[in-house]
This record gives sequence, structure tokens and C-alpha cells, in this order.
Amino acid sequence: MEDEPNRGEVLETTRGAMARDTEDRAAGTHKAERRQRGRSKKKPKETRTVRVHTGHEHNPNRHYANNRIKTTKYTVLSFLPKNLFEQFHRFANVYFVFIALLNFVPVVNAFQPELALAPVVFILSVTAIKDLWEDYRRHRSDTEINHMDCLVYSRAERRYVERFWKEVQVGDFIRLRCNEILPADVLLLSSSDPDRLCHLETATLDGETNLKQRQVVRSFFDLDCEFDPLKFNGIIECEKPNNDLNRFRGYILHRSGSRDALYKDNLLLRGCTVRNTEEAVGIVIYAGHETKAMLNNNGPRYKRSKLERQMNVHVFWCVVILLLMCLFAAIGHGLWVFQYGDKRPVFDVLSPEGAELSPVVAAVYLFLTLIIVFQVLIPISLFVSIEIVKVCQVFFIHQDQDLYDEDSDSRLQCRALNITEDLGQTQYVFSDKTGTLTENKMVFRRCTVAGVEYSHDEVDSEEEEVPPPGGSLRRDSSSSQQSSRVVLRSLSTKTHRRTGSRADAKRASILSKHTAFSSPMVSMVLVLVLVLCLLCPVSSVQCPVSSLPSDLADIMDFFMALTVCNTVVVSSPNQPRQKSKSPVKTIEDFIKRFTPSRLTSGSSSSSSSSLATSRSSNRGCSGLLSSPSAESTLAKLQEEQAALGSAPPRYDGTPRSPEDGELRYEAESPDEAALVYAARAYKCSLVGRLPDQVTVELPHLGKLSFELLHTLGFDSTRKRMSVVVRHPLTDQITVYTKGADSVIMDLIKPPDTGRKLSHELVLRTQNYLNLYAADGLRTLCIAKKVLSKEQYACWLQRHLEAETAIQGREELLFDSALRLETNLQLLGATGIEDRLQDGVPETIASLRQAGLQIWVLTGDKQETAVNVAYACKLLDPEEEILTLNADSHEACALLLEETAKAFLPNFAPFEVYPPSSSSPHSAAFTVHRLGLVIDGRTLAYALDQSLEDRFLAVARSCRSVLCCRSTPLQKSTVVKLVRNKLKVMTLAIGDGANDVSMIQVADVGVGISGQEGMQAVMASDFALPRFRYLQKLLLVHGHWSYSRLANMILFFFYKNAMFVALVFWYQFYCGFSGSAMIDQWYLIFFNLMFSAFPQLVTGTLDKDVSAETLQQLPQLYMSGQNSEEYKPYMFWMNMIDAFYQSLVCFFIPYFAYADSDVDVFTWGTPITTLALLTILVHLGIETRTWVRTHVSLFFTVSLCYNASCPSCFSPSNPYWSMQRLLQDPLFYLLCVLTPVAALLPRYVQLGPVPLPLDLWLCPVPLPLDL
Amino acid sequence: MGKEGGCGQNKTMVKQEQELANRPDNTAFTQQRLPAWQPMLSAGIVIPGFVIIGLAFIGIGVALFITSKNIQVMEMDYTGFEPDSDCFKCSNPEEKNCVCQLDFNISSRFEGPVFFYYGLSNYFQNYRRYGVSKDDAQLSGDLDNFKSPSDTCSPYDTDGIKPIVPCGSIANSMFNDTFLLYREVNGTNELVPLDGKGIAWWTDYNVKYRNPNVTPLKEAFEGTVKPLFWPRPAYELDTSDPNNNGFINQDFLVWMRRAALPDFRKLYRRIAQGDYARGLPAGNYSLKIAYNYPVLSFQGRKKVVFSNVSWMGGRNDFLGIAYLVIGSMCVFMSIVMLIVYAKFKFPEED
Repeated sequence: MEDEPNRGEVLETTRGAMARDTEDRAAGTHKAERRQRGRSKKKPKETRTVRVHTGHEHNPNRHYANNRIKTTKYTVLSFLPKNLFEQFHRFANVYFVFIALLNFVPVVNAFQPELALAPVVFILSVTAIKDLWEDYRRHRSDTEINHMDCLVYSRAERRYVERFWKEVQVGDFIRLRCNEILPADVLLLSSSDPDRLCHLETATLDGETNLKQRQVVRSFFDLDCEFDPLKFNGIIECEKPNNDLNRFRGYILHRSGSRDALYKDNLLLRGCTVRNTEEAVGIVIYAGHETKAMLNNNGPRYKRSKLERQMNVHVFWCVVILLLMCLFAAIGHGLWVFQYGDKRPVFDVLSPEGAELSPVVAAVYLFLTLIIVFQVLIPISLFVSIEIVKVCQVFFIHQDQDLYDEDSDSRLQCRALNITEDLGQTQYVFSDKTGTLTENKMVFRRCTVAGVEYSHDEVDSEEEEVPPPGGSLRRDSSSSQQSSRVVLRSLSTKTHRRTGSRADAKRASILSKHTAFSSPMVSMVLVLVLVLCLLCPVSSVQCPVSSLPSDLADIMDFFMALTVCNTVVVSSPNQPRQKSKSPVKTIEDFIKRFTPSRLTSGSSSSSSSSLATSRSSNRGCSGLLSSPSAESTLAKLQEEQAALGSAPPRYDGTPRSPEDGELRYEAESPDEAALVYAARAYKCSLVGRLPDQVTVELPHLGKLSFELLHTLGFDSTRKRMSVVVRHPLTDQITVYTKGADSVIMDLIKPPDTGRKLSHELVLRTQNYLNLYAADGLRTLCIAKKVLSKEQYACWLQRHLEAETAIQGREELLFDSALRLETNLQLLGATGIEDRLQDGVPETIASLRQAGLQIWVLTGDKQETAVNVAYACKLLDPEEEILTLNADSHEACALLLEETAKAFLPNFAPFEVYPPSSSSPHSAAFTVHRLGLVIDGRTLAYALDQSLEDRFLAVARSCRSVLCCRSTPLQKSTVVKLVRNKLKVMTLAIGDGANDVSMIQVADVGVGISGQEGMQAVMASDFALPRFRYLQKLLLVHGHWSYSRLANMILFFFYKNAMFVALVFWYQFYCGFSGSAMIDQWYLIFFNLMFSAFPQLVTGTLDKDVSAETLQQLPQLYMSGQNSEEYKPYMFWMNMIDAFYQSLVCFFIPYFAYADSDVDVFTWGTPITTLALLTILVHLGIETRTWVRTHVSLFFTVSLCYNASCPSCFSPSNPYWSMQRLLQDPLFYLLCVLTPVAALLPRYVQLGPVPLPLDLWLCPVPLPLDL
Repeated sequence: MGKEGGCGQNKTMVKQEQELANRPDNTAFTQQRLPAWQPMLSAGIVIPGFVIIGLAFIGIGVALFITSKNIQVMEMDYTGFEPDSDCFKCSNPEEKNCVCQLDFNISSRFEGPVFFYYGLSNYFQNYRRYGVSKDDAQLSGDLDNFKSPSDTCSPYDTDGIKPIVPCGSIANSMFNDTFLLYREVNGTNELVPLDGKGIAWWTDYNVKYRNPNVTPLKEAFEGTVKPLFWPRPAYELDTSDPNNNGFINQDFLVWMRRAALPDFRKLYRRIAQGDYARGLPAGNYSLKIAYNYPVLSFQGRKKVVFSNVSWMGGRNDFLGIAYLVIGSMCVFMSIVMLIVYAKFKFPEED
């Protein structure tokens, strides 16, 4: 009982360590956090105080948001003003409203003012209806969520009562049952779990499917009876609401004055699901919109695509053209009025006041009138049309079966709706390696322990990858021939290539000089170590473990480290709370079990280790080892050891409790899981992990419980993680560290103080590490350190200080970790394989053919990365590799300079990247057959402002670039640099949290919905199940989206210009008076109805090249990269074409009807018809694929337009003119002649001179299906 | 058909793979496999296409040109701009009720039916503010608009006190020259009957323009004034035929249909009765013109036109020529293309 407070402290520090553990992983949220911090500093009060909601009228927490959520933007009243306000943020809408309102000015009005409003109202209402519908759906889901039930403690009734979610308030006590969804952010105060844990599934928040453990607040830990809300009298001080899921700090101030620190691990977040816990009670801290889940919910992203930016420039030019036309006509009108002088003709109408307008005033009025008349030039429906087309494109991309992954039953997700065409213009692809190019399914492949290398057979790995529910262990033990084996090799043995077939590998392992011994043998070694260790105390009273044969001790430590040094959570479907009920508590206990007859419990080496089990209940003893008699086992052991070298001995395996096989490990990183699975394959299995205890099961021995003192979590700066445990048998405080080899090697104890072999060991291990890396394996170093009690106490004190600090806790904890992780003793290293995904080399090859520059940015070490790069054909053995490794800024500068001189004779440091105008061929010439490999440190120098230009110059002339050991920040810096300096379209693809910043920076962010949670997907614009789908997404959908939209936009400009020009020409014949021969209805609705719809269909369905061709000929993609479908000159060409066509459409009827009795609309209607026909035929020529619906659609639209014009559009003049026209043969003659004449230049252009596309098309048979 | 087949197939596939909830539908539409026709604009199609179009156009052009040439048209300016013209005396705006005479000779029979037009030049009936200066409701016989004409008629809506009916600039500026055609038969002038019925659009006469339902018509116009430039009120436009008065007067209807271009002609009468049903015989004719409409102030011209029509309307050589030109261009293009194509194609094959 006396060590009770001590234990409490230890627990707290453990929790602190765990809280820290995941904090640094959320790379993407750092910024938000900083922002949050900055904001909160400005406010007078930085914390939130939560008092218990007593149920009285004055809720002390009433000024905090309640739990009712409202994600709708509008209310019934505010909808109209608010929606209009939002829509008027788009400049075009304001412009159109301005024009419509201009119509109400009497001297200016050109159309019926009400009619002029129609298009604007139409456009605005379409958008408004869309918004309304979306808002309504949000409202419905809000209502549904608000009316979910939960149990809230009622002080009046002294029990928990059912309430709606929306009635929950901050300070309420909530009782949670298994599988219930949390209604708010709740501080966990009590749990039915004996370990005071609550398991959570956080998939809805971060997509990670592994269960998370949350802990009851410390002071409520030891509550024996059920938690009574009435007795709770603390005041909770915590942070203001923020959106960082991995951060929560605060304390409970008890009435007694004692403070209790609160951590992230005490907080249950809204939206998570309670699992494996019968009941839990907590107090609401954040509710409703202040919950972290809601604060993280920022709707879809809005990006503006390159094409749209280009288009906006041309919209601006349209305005200029419009103003020029108006100005010209206005001056003309002024002159026309002037020529009559004082004698006004009969047809001149005086102003309403009867006064004559002076030429200047008339011109000014006319200018305004013409802005209205010519408004069609600015395509009002273009913006709406683009949005509709993009939604359709997203729909089709989403529907594509080729982008569907059957294994995961997931398809491509488009998260950004408005950058589909950017997919067709991408020039640089930045890819993560792990999980993006590779499967991110880690397979333990090799390890080296104490300088001896063991290889892990591939046969086993297959089984390991997907542990069958029945458990691979049993299978291993029953069929040892095919089971995991470890090949013991001498140093000289050449490692067999990973690329070899499975059979080769097997043969190699058999043929190797040293005999393979199966995994049971290793476990035997482990047992042997233990036995020896145990025998020690018997033979000599003081026997430190280090006196054991060092190899064996190392092997044991190595596997212990693999098993213990991680944050893997153990779970099994049937047994939710997996833990060791009766672990081996002491050496005495162990000895009793293992050698009941021969060993006596004479040792008293452990006294305090018993606390590890002080809390565990005595329910059942399922974990008890039911092994055959220990004696016989030991005898067998020795026998087998003697037989070492001969054929693999039979091994029956110990019978074990059935649920062991169903253990599943849920790790935050797949590497960890691979290590734990690998350790289990060698019978050193992790069976339970609690916040303060790790239980390991060993064959013959049963379960050993390590007291877990601290977990110093992984972070990307330290690149390692450590656990501090108390060894159950020796009672030593041991630090196990695993991490990247580069950092671990630096922390290894200098050889003079260690064993004399140490130096050699390091060298050997390094040697193996290099070999592993050359094989493309991911390497990790395992090290340990034994702390003396004094050392530990000294460190612990400062660590506790760090943990309890409120300000700068992260930094202090970081320093504390650094203090601990020194002078390590190297145990060994592991090599984990991460297999390439299917189709990656092919995809990369075809993307490269498509003119895409592919850069791989990875956190892996250089050798590994280079190897994977070769495997995925990113680097070619034939090309030269530039490797940039520099230790200093100067060295880096020099290196870049030399490289540039050596390889780039025409090197100019500030040369601008050949802009998109250059042809694909010339662009290809600037890229050399070089591969650039740069490591993180050098990258840091190269990204310095003084060197970045030089670095880019070198990098962009290389065919492929590989950045290794790069941090998330570096990744995003590289992307930003390339995007901004080279002015290119960038695409970033990644799967993990470390790619989030890169994905956000790039023009197009693609997330792989793979193994590492959903953070990348949440940040991305498109989420793919596999890397290889990128090929079709870019080459086919990107190309189509781009070419469809580009053509549609150009066509919109063209058709509007052409239509308006008709009216413009007419001004020469009507005294520049702003009158139009085209009826006002036609003028206004032409854009909206007659010509927009076929255009939409084309924009959605047209295919310039078939999907098969696009994939077979990736070169076609370059047209999009170089913006070949939409270039500034094309806009002007289209404008010129439009003016030419309008001249034809105007003057052919002009001469045909010259000097006749034709009236305004009888003459104007044919012109409208001709223009429409010309436009549609033009569209027909431009359309590469005539879906049958097009043809029918043209006719439908034309006929509707013809039929409806006399009856519905004409309260005004042109009544019956169409009908008269249809009886007039002249009309038909015009209809035939004019489009042909107008489109003659287009026909000629499409004539025998083959288009570049046609050349490509020739060799591929096209599906002609009509 | 292809699409339906695709759908049916889809249903069966869904049944098989129900467990894969996220699998996209395999329809021709969603997979963008709709049956489509991709026209390959190869030389083999384009060149013959151009030749065919060109030849067809040349054929149409020849037919149109011949038709047009067969149409007889006779135009005579009577503005009185030249001092030697009989109408010169009337061109002075001060002159009231001036009548002048225009003599002409037809050498061979002018085939009927002959259409008699008057024409104006440099007259902008398509001027924007002129065009809107009318009240459609008033013209369709709405008595309320008699009392208060629409604003669009301004400044020709009232004379200051009383409303103007018909209001607006178009009505106000109605052409009011009248013509009588005489044929010299055996030394005496015989009046050629002119048919003024049915010269306006049927829909204008029967649907769009209505007189108010008041008899006699004069009473409807009680309390209104005639347009400023009109000599007589609207209900007395045609003294000879009481049914040709008010808003459905044929000349009024023709005038109200605004001309598209500043040089225009409007149908005045048809010559299709009695002896003249087959046209105007050869001989001497004289046209008596009541010259009322001043045009010289805005450099306008007035003319009369006699013309007969064919199936393609009045005489217009342009369309035939245009067809010929475009047709020839197509043929020419195809020849050029063939040459270019040959140069492109054959070296490759070598």
C-alpha cells in the first residue's frame, strides 16, 4: 500500500507519454494548431471552465454552445438575402444584375425591363434552388442527429434519463453503452472496464479502424463502486475548443484543492463509437459546434482551375470587345444624329419631353443601350454551364468501373468538384513512396541480431500478411516444414535477391551452408535463454543477464524489443478485453511453474514487480500454461539443440488456449504490426497491452508481464520510439528503442565503454543494413539500454516535470526523450519489405510517356528509395544517376554548380522553364536522361532561397527526381517551389498524414485510400484506391475533361460573339440606333436556351479520342499539358471566325432581301435561324464523336424553337413570321447556302492535311458503332 | 438498341455482385460507351463531299439565276429631285395637295400578276425609338388605351389635351401619297383597276390589329385626336370602302409592318383584275401621284416599282450568283485539296 502514490505518478507519466505519442503524427494539423494558439492568445481568457450542470435553472455553463447542431446556412427568412448576397460575390452575377437594372432607366431601355431580368433571375434561381436543396438535405440530417437519444443524468430524478442529443449541455453527465455513438466531447470519468479503459472506434473521425483506448481520469481510477455524479465536485479547466483531434489539455480542480491533469487520452470525441466497453460515464466538455469533430468539418474545397483562370482573362477581353463595339456604335449614332442637323426626319422620335437630343447626349444614351443589347457577348450561361458540365464529369469519373477496386470495394472519390480539367493539364507528379507506390503491407523479411543475419522465408510471409482468424500459429506448429524459418548465415553468404521467385528463395535457404532451423528453434533459443537466465540465480546468487552467452541474450532482447517496443493494440473479435489473467509474476512463480521439482524458490530478486498484477482480477486462469511436464520439455530442448544442423526437427508445439490464435494486432503503422506478427511467428507473441503493462507469451513459459513505465512515442524529428519497461524476471529497468538506422547508429554507445565486439557489431549491422536497403527493404534498428535505478530516478524526475508543465510541454517532453535515448546498445536490425503495388511500373512508364515529370518524395532512406525506384521503373539502369549528398550549404552549392556544368552545357541559372507554348517535342529535348537522387539534408540546403533556382534548374532537366529522407514540410516545400517557380501544374499523390501538406499545396491533390488512415484522403481532391488508377484518371478522364471543357468554353465565346456581331452589323443599317432585327426574346434566350443545351451535351459526352487510344498512346496527354486545346490565340481565332461567320450570316440575307418589302422581323428571323444553324453545324464539326443523341437533340431544339416562337414568345412583333417563312422557299435556300458559306474555312481546315490527332488515330481501329 | 442491351446485362451483373456495394453500374451510359459515330474527315470523304456539294450548288445557282432573270421589274423615282421632273414642283414642302404625273412606256407585255410597290430610300423605319413608338393594345382595339395611350408612344401620345389615336411615331409618319394608274388606250386614259385587298398579312388583318367593337366606328374615336401628320382621322382612311377603315386599313397595316432596311419598298396595290389579270399590256401609261409625303428633308427618295414574282419571290440575282460562287469555290477547293493530298500521300507511299 505504501507505494500507492508512487504508482499513481508512474501512471500519469505513462499517460503523458502516450498523449505525446500521437501528437506529433498529425503533421497536417500543426498549422491549425498554431493558428489556434495564436488566436486564443488574443482573447482575455485562454481556458474554458466547466462546472457540473446541477440541473438548476442557472446552468453555470450556459454560455457555452449546447449540443444542438445546425449545419444549415440559411433559415426560412434569411435564405433569400443571404443566398443572393453569396451569389453576388461572383462578379459576373453583379454585372448581369447591373445590366438588367439598367433596362429600367427609361432613356436607356432596350428591352422590356421585365424581360431583361429574366436571364439573370433564371441563373440566380437555378443556383439558389441548388443551394436550397443542399441546405434542406443538411437540415434533415441535422434534425436526425439532433434527435438521437442518449442517457443524461438527471439530478432531479437521481438517475440517468433518455434525452435527445440536442438537449445535452456542457457539464452534463452522460452514460454511454457499448456501440453507442458519442453525442459530444466527453471527459471519461468512469468505465465498467476493470482497467478503467474505454475502447473507441474513431473511423468516422480519422478513418483508422483500429480501436483506441481511452482512460478514466486519474482521480477516478480507483473508484470501486459505481460512479456517482452527485459526488462529483470538481471544476474542470481546459482549453478553448479547437480542431486538433490529438490535443487536449486541462485539469480538474477538486474541492480539496488537488489538481488532476487531463490529457487527450481522457477525452472521448463526438462521433466515435464506444466498443468493447459495457458502460462508461463522462462529463460533457465540448458540445455541439464546439466539439472537435464539428470544428474539423470544413466542407468541400474550392479550387479554381487553370482553365478557369485562363477563361476569366478572356471574359475580360469580351468586356473590352463589348465596350469597343458600343463605343464605335455610339460615335456612329452621334454622327448620324448630327448629319440631320436641326431638321429632324419624320422617323426620328423626340424625347418624351418633346425636346430634341443633342448628338452627344444621344450617343451617351445609346452607349448604355448597346451595353444591354450586346450583353449576350458576355456569356451569362457559361458559368452555370461549366458547373453543370463539371458535375457531370465528376459523375462519370466516379462511375468508371476501371477505377473500382474490388478488393477493398472502394471506388474513386471526387472530393473537389471543380478541378476535373486540371487532371488533363498536369505536368509534374509528386508521389509518396510508401503506401502509394507500394502496398504498405509490410512483410518482415530479414533481420540481423548481434551481427548475424537471419532471413525470413517468403512462404511464411504470405501467411503472415493476412493472419487467418484461426491463427497462423497453430498452423505453424502443425506443419513446420512449410512454416517460418530462419536461415542462419555466415557473413560471407551472399544474400539472395528479393526479386527471385519463391522457390528460389526456398532453395537458397536450404542450400545455404548453415542449416536452416525452423522458427520453433528460435523460440527454443528464447526459452533456452530464459532457462539459462533462471538457472543463474540458482547456481550463483548474483547473476546479471549480461553474463549469459551474449548471442542468446541478444536474440531474446531483440525479440522482446520487437514485441514490446510499439504501440500495437491487441484485440480479438471474441474476446474484447484481451489481457493476461495470470501472467508470470515473479521469477519464483516462473520457476515454480517451469521446474517445480528441481528448482527451489531461493531467490528473492524481485520484490516490487508484483504490483503489475495488483489490480487484475482473478477471474479464470485461462492463461495458465498447460504444458507437458517441464522436465521433459527441457530435455527435449537440449536434445533439439544438439540436433541443430541436421534436418529440421519435428516440433509439436505446446497446446495453447484456443483464443490465442485469434489475436489481432492493430497498429498505427504497418511496420509495427509486421514486427509484432513476425515476433509472434517466432513464438514470442504479444498477448496484451495495457497502459501500464505489456504481456508477452513465450512457448513453454506462458505469459510474462512487463511493467510499462513509459512510452516515448514516434515522431518524425526523432525518427524513433522507445519504451521503458521493468523486466519481470530481472527487475531491471530497460529501455527498448527502435528507429531509423541513421539516428540509432548515432546513439549507440561508443565502443570503448561497451563490449569490445561492439564496434565490429555496429559495422556488421551497418553492412547488413546497406544490403537490406539495396534490396529495397525498409530498415529499422533495434537497440536497448539498461538503466540503473539511480539513473532512472534522475531521469524520471525531470520527465515528470516536463509532463506536468503547461507551457511548452511538447518541447520539454522532446528534450526528455532525447536525454533518455543515448548510449544505446545495438541489438540488431530488421528489414521489412513493402511490396510494389500492381501495375506501378507500367503506370509510371505510361505517365512518363505522357510527358509527366515524376518526382518521388519519400521519408525512406536513400538506398531503399533508390532500389524501389529501380523496381518501379522510375530510374532506369541505363540512365545516369546524379546523387546529391552534401553536408553543408556550401558543399551543396558547389555540388549543384558542378552538376549543372557537367551535365547541362546550356545551363543558365535563371532560365525560365519553357512555357507551355512550346511544342511537346522541344520540351522533351530539354529533359536529359538523368536521374537525380537527393537526400533530406541536402534537400534542406538546396531549398534555401539562394540555391533553389539552381536546384530547380538541375532537377527539372532530369528525367526523374528522387528525394529521400524528406520531412513532410520538405515535401510541401518542394511542391510549392516547383509550382511557383516553374509555373507548372502539379499533382501530389500520397496516402499518409505526412503527405497531407504536400497534397494541399499541389494544384491537384490525390489521396490513396490505403492502409494509413484517412488523413490524406480528407485533404485530397481525388481519392484513389490504387496508384495504377492514376493512369486512367489522368490520361483518359483528365484528357476528356480538359478537352471537353476547353472546347465548350471556346465554343461559348464563339457563339455569343457570332450572335452579337449580327446585331452589330445591323447597326450600320439602322442609324446606329441600337435596334435589333432579332426579336428581344431570341436575343435574350438565345444564350440560355437555344444554343446552350446541345453545347452542354457535347461538353459532357464528347470524346475526341477513345479511352483505349488515350491509354495506348499516352503522348496524346501532352496536348493538355501544353494547353493545346485552349490557347490565347485560339480565343482570338474563334473570335475572328465568329465575326466572319456573322458577316456571312448577315450579308447573305441582306443581299437576298435587299430592296424588297421585307419587314424587320421577317428579315431578322431568318438571320437568327441561319446563325443557329451555322452554330449547330459548327458544333457538329467540332464534335468528334457523334452520339446519336446529339443528332436528335439538334433537331429537337431547332424544332422547339421554331414551333414555340409565334405562340409563346410573341406578344410583341414577330407574330407568325416564322410560319410565313416556312412557306417561303427563299428561306430554305438561305438555310442551305449560308452555313456552307460560313463554315467553308472550317471545312477546309479539316481537309486533307491530317491533324496531329488523326495521325495518332490511324493505327488504332476505332469502334464504329452506329 | 445498344443501350437497352447494356441495361439488361447490367441487371444480371448486379445480381451476381450484390455484395460489392460500391461497384459502379456497368451501363453504357455510366461507362461512357454510348454508341457513337466518329466521322473520320479523311480526304476520301471530304474531297468527293466537296465536289458533290459544289455541283449541287452550281445547279441550284443556275436555276435561281434563270428564274430571277425572268422576273420583270420596273422602277421609277418620283421624288422630284431633278428640276426637269414633273414632281419637282411638289417637292417643295410648302406646296399642299400637289399632284404630279409620271409617264412611262411598256414595250412588251408585263406578265401578271403585277405587284405595285412604293419605295422609300434612306428612311429608317428600323430606328430603335421609332420602332417602339406604338401601342399594340390600342391597335388591337382596347378602348382603355384610346383614353390613355401607352408611354411608348411618347411624345406622340397626346396633343397636350386629348389622346392621339392611333398614337406613336410609326402611325404618325404613315406614308400618304396616293397613286392612280392610267393606260393610254386609243388616245384616252383608261384607269387601271388597282386591288388594295389582301396586301397586308392575313394575321395582321385578322388577329393582330382590331378595331374596337363599336358601330359606327367614329364613336369609338370620340374624345381623341388624329395623329398630327394625318389629313384625316383613322376611321375615314378609305372613304370608298367602310370596311377598310380604322386600324385594319390595308395601307395602314402595310406601313405598320416596319421595313428591315433603310431602303425598302412596300406593297401598294396588286394589278390582277379584269383585262389586266394577265399583266400590263405593252403601251403608254401615266401615273397620277398625289404628292403629300416629304422626303427631301432627310435626303430620302421615293419611287414606284412594278414587278411580277416567281416561286422564289421578287427579282434578286444575288442568291443565284451566291450559289454559283459558293458552288464553284467548293469545286475549286476540292481540286486544291486533291493536289495537296496527292503531294502528301504519294511520297509517303514511296
